[in-house]
Amino acid sequence: MTPRIRLAVPLLAAALLTAACGGGGNTATPASAKPGEKIKLTIGLFGDFGFKPLYEEYKKTHPDIEIVENVTQFNDHHNNLVKRLATNAGAGDIEAVEVGYVSTFTAQPGKFADLKQYGLDQRKADYLDWKWQQGLSKDGTQVLGLGTDVGGLAMCYRKDLFDKAGLPTDRTEVAALWPTWEQYIETGKKFAAADVAGAKFVDSPGEIFRAMVNQAPTGLYDAQDNIIVASNPDVKKAWDLSNQLTQEGLTAKLAAFSPPWNTGFAKGSFATIICPAWMTGFIQEQAKDATGKWDIATVPGGSGNSGGSHLMVPKQSKHPKEAAELINFLTSKDNQAKVFKEEGTFPSIPALYDDPSIQNFTKPFFGDAPIGKIYSEAAKALKPQHLGPKEGDVRVAIGNGLGRVEQGKQTPDEAWAQVLEDVKKIK
Amino acid sequence: MSTLPLAISRRRRRSVRHTLDVRVSPYAYVAPFFLLFCAFGLFPLVYTAWVSLHEWTLLSETQEFVGLGNFSTLLADGYFWNATFNTLSIGVLSTVPQLALAIWLAHLLNRRLRFQTLFRVSLLLPNVTSVVAVVVIFSQLFGRDFGVINWVLSWFGVGNIDWAAGTATSHIALSVMIMWRWTGYNALIFLAAMQAVPRELYEAATLDGASTFKQLRSITIPMIRPTIVFVVIVSTIGAMQIIAEPMLFGQSSGAGGGIATGGPDRQFQTLALFVYEQGFANSTFDFGYASAASWLMFLAVVVVAGINFLITRRVKGGLV
Repeated sequence: MTPRIRLAVPLLAAALLTAACGGGGNTATPASAKPGEKIKLTIGLFGDFGFKPLYEEYKKTHPDIEIVENVTQFNDHHNNLVKRLATNAGAGDIEAVEVGYVSTFTAQPGKFADLKQYGLDQRKADYLDWKWQQGLSKDGTQVLGLGTDVGGLAMCYRKDLFDKAGLPTDRTEVAALWPTWEQYIETGKKFAAADVAGAKFVDSPGEIFRAMVNQAPTGLYDAQDNIIVASNPDVKKAWDLSNQLTQEGLTAKLAAFSPPWNTGFAKGSFATIICPAWMTGFIQEQAKDATGKWDIATVPGGSGNSGGSHLMVPKQSKHPKEAAELINFLTSKDNQAKVFKEEGTFPSIPALYDDPSIQNFTKPFFGDAPIGKIYSEAAKALKPQHLGPKEGDVRVAIGNGLGRVEQGKQTPDEAWAQVLEDVKKIK
Repeated sequence: MSTLPLAISRRRRRSVRHTLDVRVSPYAYVAPFFLLFCAFGLFPLVYTAWVSLHEWTLLSETQEFVGLGNFSTLLADGYFWNATFNTLSIGVLSTVPQLALAIWLAHLLNRRLRFQTLFRVSLLLPNVTSVVAVVVIFSQLFGRDFGVINWVLSWFGVGNIDWAAGTATSHIALSVMIMWRWTGYNALIFLAAMQAVPRELYEAATLDGASTFKQLRSITIPMIRPTIVFVVIVSTIGAMQIIAEPMLFGQSSGAGGGIATGGPDRQFQTLALFVYEQGFANSTFDFGYASAASWLMFLAVVVVAGINFLITRRVKGGLV
C-alpha cells in the first residue's frame, strides 16, 4: 500500500460511517399509493379486540386494503402512543385508546385526524351520548375517536367454590347477597370462614377499587380537571373498603393482568372477580377447562363503567381516509354486536340493547347466563363520570398503595399518605 | 542540469508524505471509533447534561432553564435514594458470589478434563440466552404459589415465600438471574488468564506439597490479578446499570405496581429503572429530571467502579 492509500482507507471508512448515520431522514414516502397497489393500514391494540374475522370480511369488499394488527401490553401501548405522537413518528393508522387514557389524547386534538372530515359525525346518533362525548376534542368541535365498547359492571363468581363454601350458587340469590360493597365483604368473610382449599374470595383489590370509584358521581377528577383524590370522600371510601378486603384476608394477592393472575384463573385461586363485559372474554380464554363453573351476578353498589375503548386516527397516518372508513366499519352496529357475541366486549350503541338477538344472548361457558340481558341493564343504568388527563398515572399511584398494604409493607393509613404525596407530584 | 532540482523536490515531497503517513495515519485509523463515540457516547452525555439543567418534558414546546433545580429536587427525592440503595444491594449480592464462583469454575476447568471444550462452551450458554427468556422463566421458578423453588423449600419446612414482594427476597431473586447469565462468561475470562500462568509454578508447588486450594490462593490469584481487576470493574459497571431484569421481573412475577416502579413499594427499582420511569414510563415524560438522575447515576458508577479498582489493586495474594 502506498502511504496515500493507507491514509485514505480509514478516512474513507470514517466518512462512510458518518454519512450512514446522517442519511436517515430524507426518504420520501408517497402521499397515497399508486392505483393497483395495496394500501397497508396498521391498527394498534392492547389486547384481543375480536376484530380478526371482521378484517377478513372487510378485505372482501376492499381488496386493495391490507390490515396489520399490532398488539402490545396495556400500559406500554398507551405510553408508546404518547411518545409516538410527540415525536410524530411510529404511530399506526388506527390506534385504540382505553377510556382511562382517552382524555389524555383528546386534550391534544392537533395530533389526531378530525373524523368529521370523513363524515363520521353522522354516527353520533348511534352512540350512547356520553361515549360519543368522550371521543370529542375538549372544545367539542372535533370528532377524534369512535367508541368500540363499554364496560358495564357485573360480578363473576365460581359456582363450584361457592357451593363448597356453603353459599348459594343461583345468580339471583347470589346477587341478593351483596346489594352493597359492605355486604360483599360480609359474604367474603363467610367464604373465608368455610376455608375452601386453595381459594380466596377475590383476586386482588385493585380492580375492585377502580369499579367502586367508577360507581361514584365523581371520581379522581372534578369537572375542571383538578385531581380530587385527597378531597373526594367516595375515593377514600373505596380505598377503605378495598383495604378491608386485604385486611380480612379475602384476597389471593394476584395483581391483575400478571402471569400468576392468569394461572389463578386456571387453578381456581379466587371465587369472585369484578366483571366488566370485556372481562368475560378474558375469563373464557384463561380458564379454558372451567366451562360451566363461572356465572355472572349483578355488581354490588349499583351500576358503573369500567373500561371500554375508542379508535382514533393519528394525524401522522398517511391514509386517514381509509383508516376512518375502517373505523366506521369496525364500530358499526352490526359488527359491535358480532364482537360482543365472540369476545364479550359490550356494544356502545344503545339501539342494540333492546335488540332480541342481544337480549336473549346467553353463553354456555357461564352456565348459560343471560349475559346480553345483564350487560344491557348495566349499560342502560350507567351514569357517566368525568375522566381527567392523567387518570392512568393517578391510578398507578393508588394501585401501588393498595399493593403495599396487600404485601404487608404499610398500614392503610401510611399507604394513603404516600399515595397523596405521589399524586401531588403528578404534573 | 535541470533534472537535479526536480529529483530533490520529488524526494522532498516523498519525505513529506512519509512524515505525514507516520504522524497522521495512526489517528486516521482510530478515527472511526472516535467518530462513533462522539455521536453515540460523548454527544448524548453532554446533551443530557444540558437537558438536566432545564424543565424539559417530551410534550411541552418550551424548555425553561432551571439551573441545578432538578438536581436539588433529586437529592431530596426519597425514591431516588431508594433506587440507589437497591442498585448497590443487588450489585453486591450478584457480583461478589458471582466472581468467587467464576474463579472457582475457571480453576476447575483449568485442569485436564475429558470433554473440555464441551464444558467451556456450555459455560457461555446462559449468556447467549435472551434476558427476557431468563427473567420470565426465573419469575416462574420464584413464583409464590406454584414456583419450583418454594416447592423445594417446603421440604425443609420453609413456608411460601413471596419472593417479589419482599425487599431482600426480590434482590436475591434478581441476583440469581444476573449470576445465571454472567458467571460463565466471567469464568471464561478467568480461564483464559489462568492458562497463561506457567505450569512449572504449579509443578513446584505440588512437589512442595501445596493443596489445590493453596495453589489457587497463592499462585493463580496473584498471577491473574490484572484480569481480576478488569472483571471487577466491568461487572461493577454492569451491575450499576441493571434495568431489564427488574423491569421484566415486575411484570412477570405479579408483584404489582407500574411498569417501571419495581413493585408497589419500589422494593426492587434500580437507578436505571428509576431514570426510565421518570423519562418514559409516566405521562409527564420528564426528560429534565430523568437526565439529572442519569448524570448522578453516571457519577455513582464512576465512584463505585473507582473504589472497587482501588480495593482490588491493593489486595495482595490471599484474596480468599
